[in-house]
Amino acid sequence: MSKGGKMPRLNSQEDLVRLREEILAKRDPKRPCVFVCNGTACIASGGLEVLKAFQEEIERQGINALVDTKGPGCSGFCERGPVVVIYPEEICYVKVRPEDVPEIVKETLIGKKVIERLLYQEPLTGEKEIHESDISFYKHQTRVLMGVKLDPRSIEDYIAIGGYSALSKALFQMTPEQVLEEVKKSNLRGRGGAGFPTGRKWETAKKAPGDIKYVIVNGDEGDPGAYMDRALLERNPHSVLEGLAIGAYAVGASEGFVYVRQEYPLALKHVLMAIEQAESYGLLGENILGTKFNFKVKVHQGAGAFVSGESSALMTAIEGKVGEPRPKYIRTSVKGIWGRPSVLNNVETWANVPLIINKGADWFRGYGTEKSSGTKIFSLVGKINNTGLVEVPMGVTLRDIIFKIGGGIRNGKRFKAVQTGGPSGGCLPEDMLDLKVDFDELTKAGSMMGSGGMIVMDEDTCMVDVARYFVDFLTEESCGKCVPCREGLRQMHKILTDITKGKASENALELLEDLAEVLTGASLCALGKSAANPFLSTLKYFREEYEAHIKGKRCPALVCKDLISYYIDPEKCQACMTCLRKCPAKAIDGGKNLIHIIDQDKCTKCGTCFEVCPSKFRAVRKISGEPVPERLPEEKRKIVRERKAQ
Amino acid sequence: MDIKRVDEIIDQHNAEPSALIQILLQIQSENHWLPKEVLERISERLKVPMSRIQHITTFYKAFSLVPKGRHEVRVCMGTACHVRGAPRVLDRLQDLTGIQPGETDLDLKFTLETVNCLGCCALGPVVEINGKTYGNMAPSEMEKVLAQYE
Repeated sequence: MSKGGKMPRLNSQEDLVRLREEILAKRDPKRPCVFVCNGTACIASGGLEVLKAFQEEIERQGINALVDTKGPGCSGFCERGPVVVIYPEEICYVKVRPEDVPEIVKETLIGKKVIERLLYQEPLTGEKEIHESDISFYKHQTRVLMGVKLDPRSIEDYIAIGGYSALSKALFQMTPEQVLEEVKKSNLRGRGGAGFPTGRKWETAKKAPGDIKYVIVNGDEGDPGAYMDRALLERNPHSVLEGLAIGAYAVGASEGFVYVRQEYPLALKHVLMAIEQAESYGLLGENILGTKFNFKVKVHQGAGAFVSGESSALMTAIEGKVGEPRPKYIRTSVKGIWGRPSVLNNVETWANVPLIINKGADWFRGYGTEKSSGTKIFSLVGKINNTGLVEVPMGVTLRDIIFKIGGGIRNGKRFKAVQTGGPSGGCLPEDMLDLKVDFDELTKAGSMMGSGGMIVMDEDTCMVDVARYFVDFLTEESCGKCVPCREGLRQMHKILTDITKGKASENALELLEDLAEVLTGASLCALGKSAANPFLSTLKYFREEYEAHIKGKRCPALVCKDLISYYIDPEKCQACMTCLRKCPAKAIDGGKNLIHIIDQDKCTKCGTCFEVCPSKFRAVRKISGEPVPERLPEEKRKIVRERKAQ
Repeated sequence: MDIKRVDEIIDQHNAEPSALIQILLQIQSENHWLPKEVLERISERLKVPMSRIQHITTFYKAFSLVPKGRHEVRVCMGTACHVRGAPRVLDRLQDLTGIQPGETDLDLKFTLETVNCLGCCALGPVVEINGKTYGNMAPSEMEKVLAQYE
């Protein structure tokens, strides 16, 4: 590091303890601190501007010596971003804009008063909550990983909360075998999807022949709608690095890689920063904490390919080749990068390791179910009130996650299905809501845990369209190496597209089922093997929707563009001209006091009229499976308004 | 792109063949596309055959072998955005720009792309233009958004 010498290199366990005491002694827990969430979603909503406004306003008020500001990573409550939390009172403000900042500084920071208007209001009860921990979204979670409060750019913050003490404990008080035993005993299973026992993976690599071994963080989070790994790397990169170093010590590796997805620039930045800091403190690199343990970490950036998240593909990518999977007759934990034993675990898995070492396997097993220990972070998205990251113990029901924490479905709509496990997962219907979420229960129900994406769908979501969407995604992302996946998916995609267009033949479903069978049985890697899941699970639970499309040429959810028409109800239209002006295709005919009519030939079905029609009229309707009513005769189009009696 | 700069980037990675993807990514992010001369230079310096470089640059989505427009419009097609109406937003953008995803218009003004997930699911449907995120988009708003770009 260029600053050289400035950072105190730690050379023993005592050095780390001393440093932590020094950091804590400098800090006053009662000192006010403003946390402005600077995760990707909050930045997109203006989080950086809000943080800057705080810094400027605090400066202007001359209280910068008394107040700290921090821009931590994603706190998970993305729905209400940017989220601001003021400590020590823990006052939580949501959807804060830069204009609100002077008022917050004056009223809350200086005047110690709460600003009602910026508080979070519970969607169900209408109650306002002052403290972050009282908000129902947080209250029902168990935030072991997501709960830490720190600035991800500061290693001191991490050390202050006991960071790197697990690594120190492993190095000085445990043998590599004891570390391995503890992880095995904890029953930690891979958070990336398959749920393979982490301890067993480590053991295989440890026992595999060879002096050079590798440990790898899989941060190629490709599932659309899932971003917990990004959040962990953004908000607490040191915890992942510490876990990785402990793993390296256990299996006997001296080199590690962090594979970060290209779409996550902020996560990449924080990881690089964290590695640099840890090296300068002697917590990574040579002779860690003065011991003989050497461990170097390199970062490898992905280049945008879903299949590269597959273990063998990811390892080939690290070698600088095209990230395509290979047959795994020999596991990657025996022959991985450059043919050497390599342990690949997901970001969240690694982040759990320091906790297990510090608090013990029994503590970890205290959370979750018998076969799935610990907590799991889910990314709850879609048609849900509280979009965000949710950390709960394994075994919590879908209903609790969606309704207690997620606050139910948006706009008072009806729940239809929840899709778990990413593109290769499945959709579960309403009567499965009491399912206890863990690795095995989800698989039994025809879905899977995956990396923890949970996409909530309401009555306005077409399940055939969803299946087509996922198959389309996988067709694009299939690397093309093996035929069943490459060609099978393409055919499935064609047939599903035909169904959504009302052009499918009567035997389309049998054809799809045949293709699904071959795909599942004969594909090379997990992408192809599980690619039929979105189709199979939607067919299992929503067969009538498929049949409506095929036989009735009707889309019950009114989504599939080729099967629906937009129609203005003449009884309800008040000729307000809103849709007429907004229609991008100029397909609406009408005028002042003249009932509007959509020209079906010109209509591009963009849905703008449906969206902009004032809610007091709701005159625009979608119709499917029946012809559009005849055009209203001209003489009936005139609206004669009675003057309102004064 | 200046070949000297390409050499600099290669040197940062010690011309190691295993750093091929990282080198290409760095050049892509600086130059926005990968001209043939650049690829040939990399092939020569890293001693990696051109065929492998072609394999990589056509396999990964991050690379472009043709010049891109001044403004990169990326439409998130993640599942959360999809169920909230992203396909209709994309349709509208195609109508407005006259190009399909993956294409650049003749004036080199816009490049239209789809991405799998930007991880801002709370704001869906999301459109990102030159790195700036536009959340909760509707087809009717796209014209106004694009008008801000010259």
